[in-house]
Amino acid sequence: MSTEHTATGLIGAPIRRVEDPVLVTGKGCYVDDIHLPGMLHLAVLLSPHPHAKIVSIDTSAARAIPGVRSVLTGADISERVNIPAPMVVPGMKIPPHPPLARGAVHAAGTPVAAVVAQSRALAQDAANAIEVEYESLPAVTDAEKALEPGAPLARTELDNNVCFLSTKTNGDVEKAFAQADHICRMHIASPRLVAMAIEPRGAVAKPEPAGDLTMWLSTQAPHRARADLATALGFPEHRIRVIAPDVGGGFGSKGPLYREYVLAAYLALKLGRPVKWIATRSEDFVGVIQGRDQAMTSELALKKDGTMLGLKARVVANLGAYLYANTTTPTQRMMGMAPGCYQIQNVHVEVAAVFTNTVPTGPYRGAGRPEAVLNIERLVDKAARELGIDPLEIRRKNFIRPEQFPYRTGVNVEYDSGDYEKSLSEALRLSDYQELIRYRDEARERGELVGVGVSTFVEPSGGAGFESGTVRVERSGEFTILTGSSSHGQGHETVYAQVAAEKLRVSMDQVAIRHGDTLAIQQGVGTFASRSAVTGGGAMVIAIDRVVEKARRIAGHLLEAAAEDIVQADGGFAVAGVPGKAVTWRQLAAAAYGGRLPRGMEPGLQETAFFDPKRDAWAFGSHVALVRIDRETGRLAIEKLVLVDDCGVILNPLIVEGQIHGGLAQALGEILGEHMIFGDEGEVLTGSLMNYAVPRASDMPPLIVGETVTPNPFNPLGVKGVGEAATNGAPAVVANAVMDALAPLGIDHIDMPYTAPKLWAAIREAEAKRKG
Amino acid sequence: MFPASFGYFAARSLEEALELLTEYGEDAKLLAGGHSLIPAMKLRLATPRYLIDLGRVPGLSGVRIDGEALAIGALTAHADVASSAIIRQRLPGLADAASVIGDVQVRNRGTIGGSVAHADPAADLPVILTALGASFVLASPSGKRTVAAEDFFIDFYTTALAPNEVLTGIRVPLPPSGAGAAYAKLPHPASGYVVVSAGALIIRQPSGQCASARVALGGMAGRPLRAGATETALQGKALTPQVIAAAAAKAAEGSDPIEDAYASAEYKRQVAAVYARRAIESAAKRAGQKI
Ligand SMILES: Cc1cc2nc3c(=O)[nH]c(=O)nc-3n(C[C@H](O)[C@H](O)[C@H](O)COP(=O)(O)OP(=O)(O)OC[C@H]3O[C@@H](n4cnc5c(N)ncnc54)[C@H](O)[C@@H]3O)c2cc1C
Repeated sequence: MSTEHTATGLIGAPIRRVEDPVLVTGKGCYVDDIHLPGMLHLAVLLSPHPHAKIVSIDTSAARAIPGVRSVLTGADISERVNIPAPMVVPGMKIPPHPPLARGAVHAAGTPVAAVVAQSRALAQDAANAIEVEYESLPAVTDAEKALEPGAPLARTELDNNVCFLSTKTNGDVEKAFAQADHICRMHIASPRLVAMAIEPRGAVAKPEPAGDLTMWLSTQAPHRARADLATALGFPEHRIRVIAPDVGGGFGSKGPLYREYVLAAYLALKLGRPVKWIATRSEDFVGVIQGRDQAMTSELALKKDGTMLGLKARVVANLGAYLYANTTTPTQRMMGMAPGCYQIQNVHVEVAAVFTNTVPTGPYRGAGRPEAVLNIERLVDKAARELGIDPLEIRRKNFIRPEQFPYRTGVNVEYDSGDYEKSLSEALRLSDYQELIRYRDEARERGELVGVGVSTFVEPSGGAGFESGTVRVERSGEFTILTGSSSHGQGHETVYAQVAAEKLRVSMDQVAIRHGDTLAIQQGVGTFASRSAVTGGGAMVIAIDRVVEKARRIAGHLLEAAAEDIVQADGGFAVAGVPGKAVTWRQLAAAAYGGRLPRGMEPGLQETAFFDPKRDAWAFGSHVALVRIDRETGRLAIEKLVLVDDCGVILNPLIVEGQIHGGLAQALGEILGEHMIFGDEGEVLTGSLMNYAVPRASDMPPLIVGETVTPNPFNPLGVKGVGEAATNGAPAVVANAVMDALAPLGIDHIDMPYTAPKLWAAIREAEAKRKG
Repeated sequence: MFPASFGYFAARSLEEALELLTEYGEDAKLLAGGHSLIPAMKLRLATPRYLIDLGRVPGLSGVRIDGEALAIGALTAHADVASSAIIRQRLPGLADAASVIGDVQVRNRGTIGGSVAHADPAADLPVILTALGASFVLASPSGKRTVAAEDFFIDFYTTALAPNEVLTGIRVPLPPSGAGAAYAKLPHPASGYVVVSAGALIIRQPSGQCASARVALGGMAGRPLRAGATETALQGKALTPQVIAAAAAKAAEGSDPIEDAYASAEYKRQVAAVYARRAIESAAKRAGQKI
């Protein structure tokens, strides 16, 4: 037996990502790198209008351009072809979502016509040559305004703008409020954001000679895309193969099946030629599902000493004009975590999900979690200030305690495990909290605007049902692992291989992780919601256990020992206590694929597992921030940020830290400047990187990342998600610090993003008020 | 994001560029670094039928001293302006401005002449060049003329350049000893272009008094604005922080700043005063003032 296998100790080791050399040397293969013989190119004409009737479309000039193969409008496609959206909430309204507008457009960026031509440039020229006559309809873009009586209808086929209302009530909320000494009230809105994956969306559709369809998609969820595509086109699912090659980021935005993906498939089948569509950044700005845009009105009932008695929250969620399959996800997330990490049993939460004439929304890194954390953490801070209680004390008084887990919350969700006090103490220690307070107080004496903020939060991960894993021992004794969770930057090839190599007692290079091809891979779900380690990792580990069990029996047979006496050894199995009696995985594979097997045993050494944890994994954390605001210009500087996260067992600390850094960068966008703004008429005002402010590397603040480890008892690896931790926690902590900095001026609320002009205007107004 | 189709000429000499420009007139655009023109073409905001590339025309780039002025070729890249030893030594304020343009890639490709000719009201170089009293050398088939910055910049993307002219060089008067210039910029968080910026040239008497001041503001109007009230308030005064602050507070006087979704006119007036103060303070320090 080989001794070079140093298998143990891989789980938890800081191993560098094995996928990176290929990607950073430009050898990756993205959808736009797919070139097929005879391939045609699709360009799509988008509506600049947020809401309009289509009076006429003149495609004659486009058709006349040599090299144009097909021009399509909504009238050319059957009314049965729509983007599927499931009935997530009973009774919700699901207005049609055609791939090309039929008679009207309800949001800027709605596809109106499609052109296929011999080159991308020709297709674009032809799309530009299409003349569309629009008749403007009244538009509504703000979800709260859309609920007002007499508001314009975002979808004229409906009788109001409500997609659904849903509520969750627990305990005796009215009694709690009646008994309260104090009620803290707050209205807060999360800005609308655009995920900015470096690779824009893209699709290549290839009709196969026997009638099958192969699609390369820039997607986070190839199996879901395949199912949705089958539904949209009425095409048999088992005849579609979806391949997600390298995917250059998603952050939620590559979850849905996009209209252009359907058009590429439709046109490829119609023309019998491969068709490629690659989005431009401008198209992505109005094409990808956008994030956040929830307005929350809350009331927290408290005793004088800060004990929380009850919570009421009303959330108005802006869905945009059309539903994708996952558009409603953020509203569900918001509801499921409204009370945060506090013991509040009397809870009433309601969500109004509203149609507006805006780009559809959906999950964006966090997907309802940053909104929920912002809401409860701002509310708790505001309550503390109103009651004159220290923000740490009010949190400690109300934390769910370690011995209460698993804990059923006031929104009827069970948290698996946690130790919030430990997390907070660690964050305070790492931040040198008392010193920060002293620094702030001294600065305040000098009239400077300096603030300290704390946020303690929970965040669910996993979800969306099952994930799958297959472990195949090859004839060589090496391993192929197939996962339904397809990676687009998370590092699956590294982390899954680490876990598998340790469990199989082999080296990492003997394990190949494969994903992103529905033909090769058993049914799967995909990568989002911080679910890959929790759900996909769980499935893989169960499949490994099954392979190990079968292999143990084969080993017993080959070594002529009872299976109970067989133990795993480096590179294979051995008889316990008998030195030298061992078999390698290669010998086991030889037996499994045509050699000596125990009587009655089926050949082969491959197992598949489907794992559904049936519950979310509740990660948590404590963040501390120190900020300074320049009175003269309103410029916000984050001088220190401490992020302590608990994601259960850490599989690879480098990847965990990377996820926190990246998650924070995206949180900074929300904090500092990202904001998708629609004008009064619904026109897009921030549709380019010239005016939509994505943070730069130089915006990253001084950062301290820490951890606590509270293993999750409900999945095989003891893990919780971490991909969204900083995105969820950091907006709230900076909001608390900013409000602390502005408290001396009597300012108690400003919605994000905290742009310099906005902060300056608030400061000036407060100073004017003071002067009377 | 594809430009409409266009024809391309690589001019080999200034004469050839001028000939092509005369031949194709309004249908043609000169191409320098392409960092304003190409993005506009990709968005189809500009759809020239022909591009005349100046990139291979000899003699249009470089920095040298020519009598009492610094002569900068129109095709000199921002990065070369920022790192030029002569400029850093004699006119560090100009290097300041060139070094805060966009990012490394933009500074390596974009040219001073392109920036001046493009006359984007949110650009950096027009502001500092106005403060420095620069002038621009324009060549046409009928000869050369020189136009002062103040007469050159007319409005948003509009200059004194005639359709048959090429900007060949920039002349910046070398300031006397005891002078200092500086540039301060509030960048837009998305584009990195100017929200508001200020360029200042301060000539200081050995006694510490301000002999003369030129202060220009960017981002406030369709072209760089001179902050006249600020200049007057500095004239003949001791360059103390109080005097500078009081003078800078008048920076936006008489202006009617352009607003956008990011910054209101009110905000721009406020930061104009702040950035004017910062620019004047640095310029005064460079002029030898202890602050
Ligand atoms: C991402 C990005 C960020 C940027 N950020 C900034 C910033 O922060 N600050 C800033 O000031 N600028 C910024 N710019 C613009 C940059 O400085 C450009 O390089 C500059 O504005 C134009 O110079 P160019 O050489 O690229 O000109 P081109 O794009 O080639 O030409 C611009 C225009 O000038 C004309 N032209 C060019 N040269 C001549 C000439 N010699 N004679 C007559 N006409 C001529 C062209 O016909 C065209 O109309 C940015 C650009 C990009 C792409």
